[in-house]
Amino acid sequence: MGIEIEDAKIGSKQVPSNVWLEALHHLLEKRSAVVGLFILGALTIVALLAPIIATYDPIEILRDAKRNTPPCIHLLGCPEDQPEHYFGIDGNSRDFFSRVIYGARLSLLIGIVTIAFSSVVGTLLGAVSGFVGGWTDNIIMRIMDVMLAFPYLLLAIAVVAVLGPGLINALVSIAIVEIPAFARIARSSVISVKEMDFVTADRALGVSPVRTLFRRILPNALTPLIVQGTLGIGTVIISVASLSFLGLGAQPPTAEWGIMLSEERNNIFNAPHLLFIPGFLITLTVLAFNLLGDGLRDALDPRLNR
Amino acid sequence: MLRFLVRRLILLVPVLLGILIITFALARMIPGDPCTIALGEHATQAVCDKYLDRMGLNDPLPTQFLRYMSSLVRGDLGNSIRTNETVTSIVLLRMPMTIELTIFALLFATIVGVPMGILAALRRNSFVDVVTMALANVGVSMPVFFLGLLLAYLFALVLKGTPFWLPPSARLTSGLSTVPLMETFNLTNLRGFPLTLVTFFSNMVVFNSLISGNWKVFGDSLRHLILPSITVGTIPLAIIARMTRSSLVDVLGLDYIRTSRAKGLKERLVVFRHAFRNALLPITTIVGLQLGSLLGGAILTETIFGLPGMGTVLVTSIFARDYPVIQASVVLIALIFVVVNLLVDISYGYLDPRIRLQ
Repeated sequence: MGIEIEDAKIGSKQVPSNVWLEALHHLLEKRSAVVGLFILGALTIVALLAPIIATYDPIEILRDAKRNTPPCIHLLGCPEDQPEHYFGIDGNSRDFFSRVIYGARLSLLIGIVTIAFSSVVGTLLGAVSGFVGGWTDNIIMRIMDVMLAFPYLLLAIAVVAVLGPGLINALVSIAIVEIPAFARIARSSVISVKEMDFVTADRALGVSPVRTLFRRILPNALTPLIVQGTLGIGTVIISVASLSFLGLGAQPPTAEWGIMLSEERNNIFNAPHLLFIPGFLITLTVLAFNLLGDGLRDALDPRLNR
Repeated sequence: MLRFLVRRLILLVPVLLGILIITFALARMIPGDPCTIALGEHATQAVCDKYLDRMGLNDPLPTQFLRYMSSLVRGDLGNSIRTNETVTSIVLLRMPMTIELTIFALLFATIVGVPMGILAALRRNSFVDVVTMALANVGVSMPVFFLGLLLAYLFALVLKGTPFWLPPSARLTSGLSTVPLMETFNLTNLRGFPLTLVTFFSNMVVFNSLISGNWKVFGDSLRHLILPSITVGTIPLAIIARMTRSSLVDVLGLDYIRTSRAKGLKERLVVFRHAFRNALLPITTIVGLQLGSLLGGAILTETIFGLPGMGTVLVTSIFARDYPVIQASVVLIALIFVVVNLLVDISYGYLDPRIRLQ
């Protein structure tokens, strides 16, 4: 009995902070992850300081500006008497630079909020499913299977069809579609841990199942969930932009990168920069999350002995 | 093998049922009264009641669901609210385009992706490897619609006037068209399912022009498919290349490879006869799993390149609240996805006996 109690103590010990420090150290050794972190840092600063960096209101229509005017930057030889527009004017007479800056804010927000929601809901569903087992498990996981039986974007489009087009509805639909991935990961991690001695010890000690699940079991499932979350933010940003591009997500005049591409697509042959800039920035943001996610996967993987 | 097959098919039942329930619920949950959507804002209560009765929308939900299932099995998908065409005829006209696009995109992704992965694996950590994998990373991160617009800009505008010019929109150059196969092969007395089948293949422009020997249309339709296929295929390509690389790298590190090298086997034989065969299993799976992203990509790409496929239909019917069409498009694409995934699973069990026995 005494031994069991001691085992329980070892098992219940919180993850020491130096494990995370070590992971951070490994992460910083990976050049691609550092690049990802750097890009994300820069984007976050831009997003936070958007009202300061942006030179105009992103949705204000500038009545005296000519549509599709090319960029005007004084330092690069644009006449001083013309108003400065770093990225020019878009097809609706708005300052494109300001729209792009505010777009960064929206995209990061979209990615993080959506993943926060799906990861919490998905993890809860998966954890309960794996921990309780039996019928509960069967029902929850069959529902997840059905959701995974639809192509990702198709299911999101179907949900938007029900809710109606709009940015919030697009977020909700993508958040729903993202749930099964987290549920599956949480469930398999919980199942792999729940038969271990420290869990049995908890049960023997009479710890409440809820506490066992949240304090003992789930911390062990954290690593794959963090990786999935990081990679998922990239997927969400692309998907919401895709829905916006189709006209099902953000509605004009919102400054969102996906809708900028769809608004300006007819200008592709006369003002291609209006498409290239937001398109490039979506790619860059998603790439940064992917690099960071891949780096985290390696850094947090204890099997890779360094 | 038979037991494996049966078990896989049984596992399919709840998924199929789930898809049907979701799509059934979908059409019921779309906002707005079905009567006012179909008959207009000014339909009176009496007219509406009659309409709902006639359409069976006043029956209990389980009855409605059973009717939905049975009509689906009979291939009756209802009528479009917007155009009053049968949904079946819309699908017959549009689905072939989407399937053509998906097939060509998958071909592109596999034919380019697998060799890229092999090359990267064989020259590990070399310049080729780093560049290939960096490109793969960018490929995964790029939104399909941005890539499509970029390609359209490059090939339709920058390369205008060169032999590399490619058309940025439409299925065929205007003025060209295909002759229905029923006429080419004098099948005018076909009825029922065979007619449906022939119509379906007849609407696949590439297939139609190929077997009726219409080379001008054949070449033109291929040219119109190049940019969309690259657009749809790039993300799968990147994923396939990465998977090929990592799976081949794993296998090349195994003992039996060292043995075959030690016994003096030519490197080419070691790689292709011994290593690649074993690396092929995960590659097959990943190729099959790309179907979801291919179909999603097709929806986006069709709208960019103005191709008349299911994606365009789906998006227009969402704006028109044409729920029979939305329902049919979603259920059909999901069914295709499920069936192909099943085939991939089965082929996997066939390639790797261990899977069958699990």
